[in-house]
Amino acid sequence: MTSTTPTVVGPQTAQVDAPVATTESWRQRRKRQKAEAAAERLSSPVASTIAVLIAILWSIPTLGLLVTSFRTVDDINSSGWWTALSNPLFSQYNYVEALFGGGGLADNFVNSVVITLPAVLIPITLALLAAYAFAWIPFKGRNILFVAVFALQIVPLQVTLVPLLTIYGDLGIAGSFWTVWLSHSIFALPLAIFLLHNFMKDVPPSLVEAARMDGAGHVTIFFKVLLPLLTPAIAAFGVFQFLWVWNDLLVALTFASNDASPMTAAVADLVGTRGSAWYLLSAGAFLTMIVPLAVFLGLQRFFVRGLLAGSVKG
Amino acid sequence: MDFLLDAETTPHKLVLMVVAIALFVVVMGAILFAVDKPKRVPNWLLVLGFIGPPLLIMAFGLVYPALRTLFNSFFNADGSQFVGVDNYTAIFSSEGLQVVLRNTVLWVVLVPLLATFFGLVYAYLVDRTRFENFAKMLVFLPMAISGVAAGLIWRFVYEYRPDQEGINQIGLLNQLLVWLGLEPRQFLLDQPTNTFFIIVVMVWINAGFAMTVLSASIKAIPDDITEAARLDGVSGIGMFRYVTVPSIRPALVVVLTTVAISTLKVFDIIYTMTGSQYGTSVIATEFYSQTFRQFNDGLGAALAVLLFVLVIPIIAYNVRQLRLSEEIR
Repeated sequence: MTSTTPTVVGPQTAQVDAPVATTESWRQRRKRQKAEAAAERLSSPVASTIAVLIAILWSIPTLGLLVTSFRTVDDINSSGWWTALSNPLFSQYNYVEALFGGGGLADNFVNSVVITLPAVLIPITLALLAAYAFAWIPFKGRNILFVAVFALQIVPLQVTLVPLLTIYGDLGIAGSFWTVWLSHSIFALPLAIFLLHNFMKDVPPSLVEAARMDGAGHVTIFFKVLLPLLTPAIAAFGVFQFLWVWNDLLVALTFASNDASPMTAAVADLVGTRGSAWYLLSAGAFLTMIVPLAVFLGLQRFFVRGLLAGSVKG
Repeated sequence: MDFLLDAETTPHKLVLMVVAIALFVVVMGAILFAVDKPKRVPNWLLVLGFIGPPLLIMAFGLVYPALRTLFNSFFNADGSQFVGVDNYTAIFSSEGLQVVLRNTVLWVVLVPLLATFFGLVYAYLVDRTRFENFAKMLVFLPMAISGVAAGLIWRFVYEYRPDQEGINQIGLLNQLLVWLGLEPRQFLLDQPTNTFFIIVVMVWINAGFAMTVLSASIKAIPDDITEAARLDGVSGIGMFRYVTVPSIRPALVVVLTTVAISTLKVFDIIYTMTGSQYGTSVIATEFYSQTFRQFNDGLGAALAVLLFVLVIPIIAYNVRQLRLSEEIR
């Protein structure tokens, strides 16, 4: 188990969108088959109807709330969002109100940023070092330790929350950003070490050997040889950790005090206090979504790569 | 320097973030600098420098708390008295908690199956079509957003207005009911069907994940297999049933188990949509209510341990299937 990636689709085969063509004839054959298959699929009206139906079902709910977030309070409460499509009247008032007025989400937006950056950088750095040691420095008990780290992935967050809260209280750091950073780093480490180790193992040993022959120390090998090769893998996990931390609610509710609470917690709080104020809720929902959607759309390639390498947690 | 613990203004928070990152960089740099003398540093010190910090953090943040929670689960609400397995008996015998268990089973069975079903069908249908990338993005998008946002999006779909003269429904689903001449209903309040309407949200999120992984493995099916089947006269649904599905079986197992594990721990969606009230609670949300709302630490700990225990067999099955498929290859 230790030397395999957790899904059937390994990191090497993960670039789905860009199959590497080996010969010209192969590429031509592939092209012809693609055209044939596409013709076959599209010619089946039932199949394309189902596909379109699913696509609509998946997009309409988001579209509805998005349209709502730009409507006036009166409009939202007196008619359905679909009526706005034929009779549009839009404003940005809801977003201003959600950020600086009744929602007060601007502060929480800052908190989300302040929480997320260190909570991504710290575990990745730590995990890279550990993964390097597990992959390229022989030592006694290495395999047992690695299996132990792998096994720690199964510990659910919930099991750790209360004892950690007690410890943070005893240390006098409860409610601060430090506890949130530390907690996110803790929860990310087992998976990060496991995945990055697998990627490191894929680097040809001859490269590392050659560097060693030239008299390079471990730190040099790590920075000069491995790091450049690992950039896509690091990006893949980085995007994942980013989205996971930005979208987290449980850790934020448990550890972050009011001054440090991120957007997700603030919006969830709005639901509790202003459950029917849709002008605030809809704008708030999209404010929490802007950054992850931008990251997702910009770095989709890495995100998919991370998914296919099995970097998924609940 | 109070703001290092208690940052309240935006500049303070940003400075604190930079300080934290800088501090981290300095410490890690010092460790690296200390171990970068291959001749003089003994191997064990080197290893300690590389894996010491993460191991320490995991021991402190995962191993110790897990053991502590296991210990706490045998004590009463405020941890003052040993009660044996009473908390566990309570989970399986109290009426309210049985609803929680029933819901958990529904979630863990329905979400993986439905998400995988929709993901698989969609991946197969849009595979190699002209709009493939755009079509995939539509279904994939919910993966990127938070459970809170997803919960809100669907809360709005289910929004209910009493059926009176001059009052329009603003939730799409109730408007559809009204258009069909039916009574609008309180989708999120009426038990026990409300659980199913929240499950829809988790399916909506996870279908994109299923689709992406399955689509990759559909593309990895060797062309000669499909071609041979085509020569044998297999096409359409037969191709899907007899060629596609068996070829991607290992990926199906991975998707089903991964979704099942994340479903077991689902919290934010239910928290946003019903506040885990109206009989919609599952183990993960009940843990939160018991621990942080009702201050019943013993029962909360027992629920967390139960969650832990339920995750293990799913992962064990996953690992076993992976081993099998490795052997076949």
